[in-house]
Amino acid sequence: MIEAHHLVKRFRDKKRGTVCAVNGVSFSCRPGEIYGLLGANGAGKTTTLRMLATILAPSEGTAIVAGYDVAEDPQNVRSRVGFLSTATALYGRLSAREMVEYFGRLHGLDELTLRRRIDEIFARLEMNDFRDRRCDKLSTGMKQKVSIARTLVHDPSVMIFDEPTVGLDVMAARTIVGFIRECRDSGKTVVFSTHVMSEVEKLCDRIGIIHDGKLLAEGTLPELRARYGMQDLEDLFVRVVEP
Amino acid sequence: MSLRNIGIVYRKELTDSLRDRRTVISMIVVPLLIMPLLTIGMGILSVTLVGQAMKEIPKVMILGGEDSPGVVAELGQLKDVRIVPAKPDFAVEISDKQIRAAVEIPAGFEAKLAAGESSTVKIYMYEGELKSGFGADRLQRFFRELRDRTIREHLQARKLPDSLVRPFDIVQKNVAPPEKVGGAILGGLVPYFVILLCLTGAMYPAMDLTAGEKERGTIETILCSPVSRTHLVLGKFLMVLTASIATAVLSIASMAVSFGAGKKFLLGVTHGAADAALQITITGKAVVSIFFVVLPLAVFFSAALLALSLFAKSFKEAQSYISPLMIVVVMPAVAALLPGVELNPALALVPVLNTSLVSKEIITGTYHWNLIALIFLSSSIYAGAALAITVKLFQREDVLFRT
Repeated sequence: MIEAHHLVKRFRDKKRGTVCAVNGVSFSCRPGEIYGLLGANGAGKTTTLRMLATILAPSEGTAIVAGYDVAEDPQNVRSRVGFLSTATALYGRLSAREMVEYFGRLHGLDELTLRRRIDEIFARLEMNDFRDRRCDKLSTGMKQKVSIARTLVHDPSVMIFDEPTVGLDVMAARTIVGFIRECRDSGKTVVFSTHVMSEVEKLCDRIGIIHDGKLLAEGTLPELRARYGMQDLEDLFVRVVEP
Repeated sequence: MSLRNIGIVYRKELTDSLRDRRTVISMIVVPLLIMPLLTIGMGILSVTLVGQAMKEIPKVMILGGEDSPGVVAELGQLKDVRIVPAKPDFAVEISDKQIRAAVEIPAGFEAKLAAGESSTVKIYMYEGELKSGFGADRLQRFFRELRDRTIREHLQARKLPDSLVRPFDIVQKNVAPPEKVGGAILGGLVPYFVILLCLTGAMYPAMDLTAGEKERGTIETILCSPVSRTHLVLGKFLMVLTASIATAVLSIASMAVSFGAGKKFLLGVTHGAADAALQITITGKAVVSIFFVVLPLAVFFSAALLALSLFAKSFKEAQSYISPLMIVVVMPAVAALLPGVELNPALALVPVLNTSLVSKEIITGTYHWNLIALIFLSSSIYAGAALAITVKLFQREDVLFRT
């Protein structure tokens, strides 16, 4: 479960002074649901998700993720969250197995559980052919699988995806989309950010349209279509952000 | 404080770094190669070069001396100089290394010698040039012997003893043990290289583990883990410290071995007539003591390098921050090599210089325990402060996500 209450994030910028990247964002996402944050580049999606993953601390407001407050108990939040984005790269000099093992250990798994969990994930994601190959020698698709394995190793109840398909080819992107669906189907709480309309239509149970750091509209796709009287999501999005 | 988490981060960073060729080169290969190169290589080079210079028979020019045929003839008979015909542009020839030196014999030189009148013989040379120095020395020796011989002849003619012009002799005698003499000559160089290698050994891993992670996009990945940022930075710091200490230990060990081998070699080359510089012996006690005084400095370097590189957005930016640090470290390390700079309580508080000076003393076998304790304490305080700053910086979002 994720409950974001009036999340605000301000940065100090040398040229622009104080910048408010996220300005009072509130939403919630239940287990077994995919919540899509739809927004253009610079809208505040990444900053919002980083606050939920406790990589950044909110300037104001708070969020309860998997029962823990992001500001007061960030370590417990991180223990229950799997965070995947194109910015979360792999350690090139470690093998696929070592990479996942490292994160498993950091999540406090004992060696027996870790080995069992790795065998299970590697078999499910068909990673056994390259389990001992160094990450910098892997193809983009293989790297994506290692990243997925890394986010799954501790069996988190909440999954956060920040534009996970950016820069990926069709096959690698399909792997990710399939994985996000699997997460929902297994009862995980999933938040997903994107600016690709087709992904939103395919995946999201509920959508939040974010612009200039503010959440401008929220609801299921049919609800939003009915509210704005538009079928095409792209037209709907433009209408919301440029009224 | 979870030692388990720090240990996990440290083990991963160690594995990762040991698979990185550049870290292995700076941590292992450089210290293992640089010391033998410096001692044996430089020794061979200097012995060979000086030997070659000594073998060469210098060409010298005699200016004037037409009315002193005896002196000119005697100079011509010298086997270790070759007389070449006089030319008016002798100064240019010396500067161009065509000839090594020239001697100007004043008019009526022999007549003045016989009459007991004073005159001046001028020797022209290229100051600082080794071979010109050998030529000029040979000429000076010849005229000094001629002067002594003339004095003796004048004294004998007047039936006076030699002691009239040489009432007593002066003998300078060294009482310091040979290892101290050797240590004083070469002792400063050793800590200089150990300190420098300690810094360079930590440099690459520090940049790789911070700015390198930012550049490769792994910093966000690791920040997703539940490990606290303090544990993360401490694990990374321990890896950088390991690299720094490994470089220092390997350089000290390699230095001890190379000194032993280099000494035997140079004693062989010089047929046992080695000078005091070769008498340097690095004892086990000195090695251990140097290790302990260098340890807090290694902590200081590791933390400072980590903090500086953490601030950088990329590897390249980190390099530009760290390069000036090299100069900041080299300057006090070099200052310890300057003559007359001796360890005192005030200098014991100056970072780097204090370690360099105390190591120099340790090599010569001098142990000022009060000062050693003061240095260890002050260096530990600097190291602790640098580490605290690094840990603090790792908590700051504007540093970790600097754009």
